[in-house]
Amino acid sequence: MAEIRIAAHEVHKSFGAVHAVDGVSLQVSAGEIYGLVGPDGAGKTTLVRLLCGALHLDAGTVSLAGFDMARRPERGRERLGYLAQRFSLYDDLTVEENLRFFAEVRGLPPAQWRARSREILGFVGLAQFETRRAAQLSGGMKQKLGLAIALINEPQVLLLDEPTTGVDPMTRQDFWRLIIPLLRSGDLAVLVSTPYMDEAMRCTRIGFMRSGRIISEGAPNDLRKQLDGRIVELVGEPQAEFAQLARADGGMEAVQRFGRQLHLRVAPGQREAVVQRLQAAIAATGGQVERIGPIEPQLEDVFIALAEEQPQEMQA
Amino acid sequence: MNPEPAIRTHNLTRRFGDFVAVDHLNLEVQPGQVLGYLGPNGSGKTTTIRMLLGLLHPSEGDAHVLGYDVVAQPELVRANSGYMSQKFALYHELTARENLTFYAGIYGVQDRSRVSQVLEELGLGAVQNQRVQTLSAGWRQRLALATAIIHRPGLLFLDEPTSGVDPVARRAFWDLIYELSTQGITVMVSTHYMDEAEYCTQIGIMRDGKLLALAEPDELKRQLPGQVWEMSAEPLLQAVELLEQQPFVRTVALAGDHLRILTDSAVNAEQISTYLAAQGVQTLSVTKGTPTIEDVFMALSNSG
Repeated sequence: MAEIRIAAHEVHKSFGAVHAVDGVSLQVSAGEIYGLVGPDGAGKTTLVRLLCGALHLDAGTVSLAGFDMARRPERGRERLGYLAQRFSLYDDLTVEENLRFFAEVRGLPPAQWRARSREILGFVGLAQFETRRAAQLSGGMKQKLGLAIALINEPQVLLLDEPTTGVDPMTRQDFWRLIIPLLRSGDLAVLVSTPYMDEAMRCTRIGFMRSGRIISEGAPNDLRKQLDGRIVELVGEPQAEFAQLARADGGMEAVQRFGRQLHLRVAPGQREAVVQRLQAAIAATGGQVERIGPIEPQLEDVFIALAEEQPQEMQA
Repeated sequence: MNPEPAIRTHNLTRRFGDFVAVDHLNLEVQPGQVLGYLGPNGSGKTTTIRMLLGLLHPSEGDAHVLGYDVVAQPELVRANSGYMSQKFALYHELTARENLTFYAGIYGVQDRSRVSQVLEELGLGAVQNQRVQTLSAGWRQRLALATAIIHRPGLLFLDEPTSGVDPVARRAFWDLIYELSTQGITVMVSTHYMDEAEYCTQIGIMRDGKLLALAEPDELKRQLPGQVWEMSAEPLLQAVELLEQQPFVRTVALAGDHLRILTDSAVNAEQISTYLAAQGVQTLSVTKGTPTIEDVFMALSNSG
C-alpha cells in the first residue's frame, strides 16, 4: 500500500458568511494524481491554499507527507511543491537566479541547489536558457520555470492550482509531459485543479467540488459510467426546432448544441421513451433526422450533470 | 453578387521592430459566420484583432470591417463592432445594470429600453443589482458580453472569452454566441479550447503571424493528411518518445488518458504495435480515430 501523502479531514474555511470550504476530506497516495474539478466558486482554489498552508483552517486537519500542518507546518512545507494559478517570477533576474532565489528561500544549501538546479532545468527543458532574464521568457517557458521552482526541493507532495488555464494546446501538452514522468517514480503525490476535462481524464482519481464540498469522487471512467445510456446524439435539420422539441420533452434534463450535433441528457431509464417521442414529434413537423442514438458519456457531461443538480443555485 | 464580407484583409501586416506579429494576412469572413481564430500563444491573434478594431496601425496592407477602412474610419469600425477581451473590462464597484448603463452611455445608445432588453436576453436579470465584485467568473463573462453588444454591433470580436471559466459557463456562453449568430451578427472568436473550435462555422489557424488554414471545420478535417489513431500503451510516456522518433508518425498528443497519433496513410495498426513491442513498450489498444480540430491544429503547429 502506497503511503498517504496528502490527507485532509473535515476541512472548513469561511470568509464572512460564505462557507468556501465546507467539510472536505480527501486522501492522495504517493504515485497518485488527484484532479480537483468543479464550477467556478466551488472552493477549489481555497482548498488548495488550505492544503499548502497559505490559509488557516477554521476546523479540520491537513497533513502533508505525514506531518500535521497545524503542529509541524515547517516539516510539511519542506516536502511540498506548489504552483499557483498566478505566480511571480523576478523579471529582472535570469532563469538560474530565479531558481537560486527560491531555492535559498526554501532553505537549500548552495552545495545542493547548484546540482539540483542544473538537473531540474534540464528536466523542464530550460537548460539552454539559464542566463535569460525571466522577462524575456515566453508564457510556456515561464510556466516551466514555475514548475522547476516548485520542484527544486524534490517534494513528496505537489499542488498545482489550474496550471494550464489560458495556455495554448501545445504548451498544455508540454506541461503534462513533464508531470506524468514525475509520477512514475511512485514517490510523489500530485493534486491538480483544472477546468479542462481532458486533463482530468489523465488523473488517477477525480474529486468533483460544488459549494465547498466534494460531492463525487472516483476514477475518471467510473465517474463517466454514472451517465451510461443517458446521453443521446441527435443530428438533422432544422436543428433549432429539434432543440425546441427536445427541451419540451418531460424526460429531458439538458440539451446542448455542438456544431451540427445536439447532445441530449435524458432522465434515468427514460432513453427509449424519449427517443420514440422525439422521433414522432420531429416526423410530425416534417423535420429530417440524420442520426439519433446513445453515445458514450464524456467527463464533461458528468461535470455538467453534477453542476446542475441543485437548481436553486445560480449557474452562469 | 456576393454581399460585402464582414471582415476583409489584404496582406495585413504588423511589425514590432524586427518581429513580424502578423504577416501578410488575407482573411475573408462572410456576414453571419462564426470564425474560430486559433493559434499558439504569440501567433498574432490578438494583434490581428487590435488592427481590425482600428486600435493598432498596420505596417502594411489594409483591412475592412463591415465595409469600413480600419485606418481611415476607425471610429465607424468601433461604433459598429463589439469587443470582449480575456480581461473583462468591468467596474467592480458598480452593479451589473450600472455597468451596462455606463457602456450604453459611452456608445451613445439612445434607446432607453436597450439595457433592460440586453439584461433579459443574456439572462442577467437575476443578478442585475449585484455588484460585479460579488459575481462569479461565469456571470462576469456574460456581463462582459452584454457590454459588448449593448450598441447592437454587426460584428463581435471575442478574444479568448472563455479562458478560466468552468465547462457549464462555457456551454452557456456558446449558446449565447449561437443565438447572436442566428440574429445575423458575425463573430470572430479566439480560443484555446479545441472543442469550442468544433462549433464554429469557419476556422482560421495562425502560426508565427501567418494564416496556415482557413476553412469550415469539416473541410479542415477532410484535408488532414494521414490517419488518426487512438491508442493506449504502457508505459505511456515511453510510447510518446518512441513514436515521436518514428518517421511514419507525424504527431503524437496526450488525449485524456490515452494517446492520439497521426501517421502516414499507409500505416496499419500492427506496424505501430510491432514497432513499440520491439522497444519494450506494450500496446494495450490501437484503433482508427476520426480527425478532430485538435488533430488538425497539432498537425499544422508541428509541421515545419
